[in-house]
Amino acid sequence: MDAILVIAEAQDGQAPIAESTLKTLAVARKIGAGPVDLAWFGAGLDRLPEPAGTLNGIRKHWVFDDPRLVHPPASLVSRLIGSRAREYSHLLMPGTSFGRDLLPRLAGLLGAPLVSDVLEVLGPRRFKRGIYAGNIHTVVRVPDGVPVLLTVRLASWRPIVVEEGPAPAPVEKIAVPGTIPVDARFVGLEVDQSARPDLQSARRVVSGGRSLGSRENFALLEKLADRLNAAIGASRAAVDAGYAPNDLQVGQTGKIIAPELYLAFGISGAIQHLTGIRDAGTIVAVNKDPEAPIFKVADLGLVGDLFAVIPDLLAELDRQGIGR
Amino acid sequence: MNPIKILVAAKRVVDYNVRVRLKPDHSGIATDGVKMGVNPFDEIALEEALRIRERGEASEVVVATVGPHEAESQIRSLLAMGADRAIHIETTRETGPLEVAHVLYHLVQEIEPGLVILGKQAIDDDCGQVGPMLAALWGRPQATFVSKLTLEGGRAQAVREVDHGLETVEVDLPAVITTDLRLNTPRFIKMPDIMKARQKPLDRRPFENCGIDLPRLEVEAYLPPPERVAGLRVESVSELVTRLRDRGVL
Ligand SMILES: Cc1cc2nc3c(=O)[nH]c(=O)nc-3n(C[C@H](O)[C@H](O)[C@H](O)COP(=O)(O)OP(=O)(O)OC[C@H]3O[C@@H](n4cnc5c(N)ncnc54)[C@H](O)[C@@H]3O)c2cc1C
Ligand SMILES: Nc1ncnc2c1ncn2[C@@H]1O[C@H](COP(=O)(O)O)[C@@H](O)[C@H]1O
Repeated sequence: MDAILVIAEAQDGQAPIAESTLKTLAVARKIGAGPVDLAWFGAGLDRLPEPAGTLNGIRKHWVFDDPRLVHPPASLVSRLIGSRAREYSHLLMPGTSFGRDLLPRLAGLLGAPLVSDVLEVLGPRRFKRGIYAGNIHTVVRVPDGVPVLLTVRLASWRPIVVEEGPAPAPVEKIAVPGTIPVDARFVGLEVDQSARPDLQSARRVVSGGRSLGSRENFALLEKLADRLNAAIGASRAAVDAGYAPNDLQVGQTGKIIAPELYLAFGISGAIQHLTGIRDAGTIVAVNKDPEAPIFKVADLGLVGDLFAVIPDLLAELDRQGIGR
Repeated sequence: MNPIKILVAAKRVVDYNVRVRLKPDHSGIATDGVKMGVNPFDEIALEEALRIRERGEASEVVVATVGPHEAESQIRSLLAMGADRAIHIETTRETGPLEVAHVLYHLVQEIEPGLVILGKQAIDDDCGQVGPMLAALWGRPQATFVSKLTLEGGRAQAVREVDHGLETVEVDLPAVITTDLRLNTPRFIKMPDIMKARQKPLDRRPFENCGIDLPRLEVEAYLPPPERVAGLRVESVSELVTRLRDRGVL
């Protein structure tokens, strides 16, 4: 019988359920091929992340809770899930760094192809996905006789609306055998501590490129971002130059985002960058070169020097009483 | 630690500067006469392998490509960069990541490398699958999206570019590594090295001899993505703010 397993984003029990997990559940719902189970990997999961326990439409929760599963290595997780995975016709994960690390490994174990970064569900085995940095879309079909494995392109999906089910779904805890070999160990995570909204879920993003010229100048964007309650993004050139941390890179090899408003300052608009913002609501480009390719996709373009525009913009927001 | 062998997997792809187009009848990508190159992540993979060898921690760097006969030109440039030898699994078919992972697994059993380094993704199919698939088949640990790599005492320490920052992991060797852009900057190829590369061993094998018959995704259609069209040029900051308010985004 068909059944769908969603592997939730790894997280500790205290945080609320990750938005990426809720988006993956939206994809599961769209596929609609039978009951949906959720698998959890982490440490301190005595309680499931809120409100997972009462979520409507979940048949069952598998919980793998073990200190060795803080930042769980793919080699360990794939071993734990491997045999159970065979009970499912569909295995889904969010297209986060956790999903993009783990699901191809599981696909290798199961001998099944994987559909990465699904944009659209066209049927239980038919999906739309982008290739060549999203410049071409393809419709792919998973052949019969193998499970359907897919990761979700998060910028293309809305999270499910959280509703409480009639009764909490049963939870099955699975112990991690002490004998299981651990060949990969988490050592540490360096997070850029900032109180700003998360780049991937922010409604507004203020982004800067190489032309900012220094880490100090990059801080100009912070003022504007704070005023607009926006996340900060960066081009690869800005990250490579050390003006911004790697997790702020927007584009083919960084984050693919879909904010309501994207403000690009001194970003030329290389294909690899544009891939990351294709689904944004409104794109604003400020660039001193009237021929910059970013203007070909911008909804509103302003030719000018960003070092003059940003202070003007802050003053104008003041004048119009916005963001105060 | 005894010097290890390193296997690098590299794919021939449309050059990253080319804006690819559909064939007029939408039956596929127009690649005739289009500039080809090595997948940028794979050049980074080779560069890293060469640096490890130059530090005396590796004895040999082998590159492997699955692809058409024409991929020889990319293989020659990888040899010119400094790989010791190359294996070219020749095929005209569009192989999928699972097939490539199986081919590489065959080679891993033959070469017994201490590290396999791949790109985090091929910029044509944007799959990002082969590395972890190979690690699964081989039953060895993996470190993906790596921006820093050091080897010590039978282990590798890797810094990974993950969603929320930089994660450091330690993996036992042998292991599979996939590269992120900031791992290194690949060296330029020098003229004399191009000449020397012609003498380096290139082992050609037909894909069909690998005996691989695996399920593949079927591509039913190629479509142009919805285009974004250029909007309006505004003349001033105040016009910009007004228009943003009109659109309801401020
Ligand atoms: C495999 C691969 C993957 C890549 N992935 C990504 C990715 O994920 N994300 C990404 O962003 N890039 C990516 N790139 C790099 C991409 O090709 C571009 O090199 C990069 O996006 C350029 O960044 P930039 O626009 O900041 O810099 P530049 O291209 O140097 O552009 C600077 C712009 O600033 C303007 N400018 C200069 N001074 C001012 C001023 N005072 N005021 C206003 N405007 C000014 C200039 O007119 C110019 O348009 C990738 C490349 C490769 C090969
Ligand atoms: N045809 C191929 N030949 C050799 N290596 C490949 C091939 N396809 C993919 N790879 C390797 O696997 C990585 C990831 O590819 P992919 O999973 O297709 O995005 C690439 O960066 C290469 O290192």
